[in-house]
Amino acid sequence: MSPSQSETLTLWALRGVASIAGTVVLFIIAFLFLEALPALKEIGPFRFFNDASWHPTDGDFNLAPMLLGTLLATLGALALATPLGILSAVFIHYYASPTLGRVYRRLIGLLAGIPSVVYGFWALVVLVPIIGRIHPPGPSLCAGVLILALMILPTIALLADASLTRVPPQTLQGAAALGLSRWSIITGIALPAAKAGLATSIILATGRALGETMALLMVSGNVVQIPLTLFDPIRTLTANIALEMAYAMGNHRSALFVSGLVLMAIIAALVLFSERFSKGEMSV
Amino acid sequence: MKWILVALLSVVAFGGLFFSARPFKAMDTTGTPKVSHIPAQLLLTGSSTVAPLAAEIGKKFEKEHPGIRVDVQTGGSSRGIADTRRGLSDIGMVSRPLHEDEADLFAFTIAQDGISMILHKDNPIERLSRTDVGNIYTGRLTNWKALGGRDAPIIVVNKAEGRSTLELFTAFLKISNRDIQADVVIGDNAQGIKTVAGNVNAIGYVSVGAAKYEAAVGIRIKPIPISETVTTIKTSHQQNFLLARPLNLVTKIPPEGMVSAFIDFARSSRMIPIIEEQQFVPVTK
Repeated sequence: MSPSQSETLTLWALRGVASIAGTVVLFIIAFLFLEALPALKEIGPFRFFNDASWHPTDGDFNLAPMLLGTLLATLGALALATPLGILSAVFIHYYASPTLGRVYRRLIGLLAGIPSVVYGFWALVVLVPIIGRIHPPGPSLCAGVLILALMILPTIALLADASLTRVPPQTLQGAAALGLSRWSIITGIALPAAKAGLATSIILATGRALGETMALLMVSGNVVQIPLTLFDPIRTLTANIALEMAYAMGNHRSALFVSGLVLMAIIAALVLFSERFSKGEMSV
Repeated sequence: MKWILVALLSVVAFGGLFFSARPFKAMDTTGTPKVSHIPAQLLLTGSSTVAPLAAEIGKKFEKEHPGIRVDVQTGGSSRGIADTRRGLSDIGMVSRPLHEDEADLFAFTIAQDGISMILHKDNPIERLSRTDVGNIYTGRLTNWKALGGRDAPIIVVNKAEGRSTLELFTAFLKISNRDIQADVVIGDNAQGIKTVAGNVNAIGYVSVGAAKYEAAVGIRIKPIPISETVTTIKTSHQQNFLLARPLNLVTKIPPEGMVSAFIDFARSSRMIPIIEEQQFVPVTK
C-alpha cells in the first residue's frame, strides 16, 4: 500500500469513527424525544409543573419537586466541594513537599476512580445511620449532598491542579520578587490566572453531580417532596428514572422519558454556558 | 503498520456497533410480535417475583420436552399483562389477582406469596395490628412510644410507584398511596431489607420469602406478625404474613398445545418441592 493510499484509508476510518460518535448522541436525543412525545401530547408540558403531586399511576405528573431535588443536591455538593477542591489543589502546589504532593495527588486520583455504587453503599451503611442519630430519618438531602460532594471533589481538585500547573512560573517569580507574601501571590495572581480552568472544573463537576444516580438512589430517601430542612428526604430526577422505569407502563413510562429530556436540557444548557464562558475568557 | 491499526480500529468499531445492536433488539418491547409462531420457544415475561420460580419450572420442563426452550424475562406484573395482550409473550407472569379490566385474560395460579411487615431486630415491638400499621403509614402514629416501644420517631419505608407489592399493601390497609407519609422510598426487596437493617426505628414491608431468608442468614431484621391477618394460607412455616397474593400465569387465549402443557406442568404436584424451596406456598387443589 502506498503512503497516499494509507492516508486516505486513515482519513475515512477516522471520519467513520467520528460520525459514529456523533450520530449516537443524536440518536439518543431523538429516541428520548420520541418516547417522551406521547406524554407531552397527552399530558401537556405544563402539567409536569402544575399537577398536585407525582402519582403517575393515578394520573398526577408533577416533576417540579424532583427537579428541585436534583438542583439542591447539586448546588449543595458544589458549595462544599468547590472550596475543598480548589484549596487542596493550592495545597499540592504551593504548600506540600513534592513527595507529599505526589502521594496526595495519587490519593485524589483514587477517589475519582471509586465506582458510584461503592460510594452509595458506604454512605448507606456508615453515613446514613450517623445522620439518622443526629436527626432522623437519616436518608436525606444532607446525606445526598455529602456523598455527591465527596464524588465531585476529585474532579475539581484534579482539574484545578492541572490549571494551576499551567500558570507561567515567571509570573509567580515576578510577584515573589516584588515581595508579595505566598498567600497574596496565590489569591492575587495564581488563582485569577487559572480562572478559566477552575471554572471548567466546576462545570464538569456540575455535570457529574446532575447525572449521578446510584449513590443518590441509595442515600437520599427518594420521597417526592420539596425539602423544608437539610434532613428531609428528597428524590432526584435520575433516581426517579432508575426507581420506576422497570415497572412503568404507558404514560408513566413516557413521563419518565420526559424527566430524561429535562435532564438533557439542563446538561445542554451547561455545555453551552461553559463554551461561552471559555470563549469570553480567551478574548480577554 | 499504520493501515493495520486503522483496519483493526474499524473492525472493533463496527463490530461493537453490531453486537451492541443485538441485545437492544431483544429488549425492545414495542416491536412486532416475535416468538409466538416459532414452535420451539416459549416466552414468559412479567413479575420479577414469579420469574425465578418460572425459570426453575422452565428448566425441568425443558428436560422433559427436548426441543422446547423456555425463555423468562422480567419487567413487572404490568408488563406481563401488556405483553400478553399484545401477543409479545406466550405467557405473562403476574404477582397479584387480576383487576376487573383485565378479565379478558385467562389466569392460572401456580403458588401463593406473602408480604410481611419487617422491623429492625433490636426493636422491642413484637406484634402490630392492622390499624396500627395503617396509622403508622398515614402519619397518625409517628412515635414508637405510643405502641409500647422506645421513645423514637418511626421511620416509614415505602415502595416505589408501580410495584404490585405497594398495590396490595395499600389495598390491604384500604388507603391510597397519596395518604402514605413515607420517610424513605425504596425499589426492590433487597433495598428495603438493607434500609430497615440499617435503622433501628424503621418499619417496612417486603416479600415473605425474602424477609425469612435474610433474617435466617443473620441480617438484622425481623418479620413480625399482624394480629389481624386476612391470609387465606394456613401453613405452619408462613403464618407471619400480612397478606397473601397469588402468583399467576396469564394467557390471552385459552391455553393450548405447548402453553397448556407448561401451565399444567407448573400446577402439577411434582412442582411442590420447587415452590417450597423458593419460600412460596403451593396451591392446594
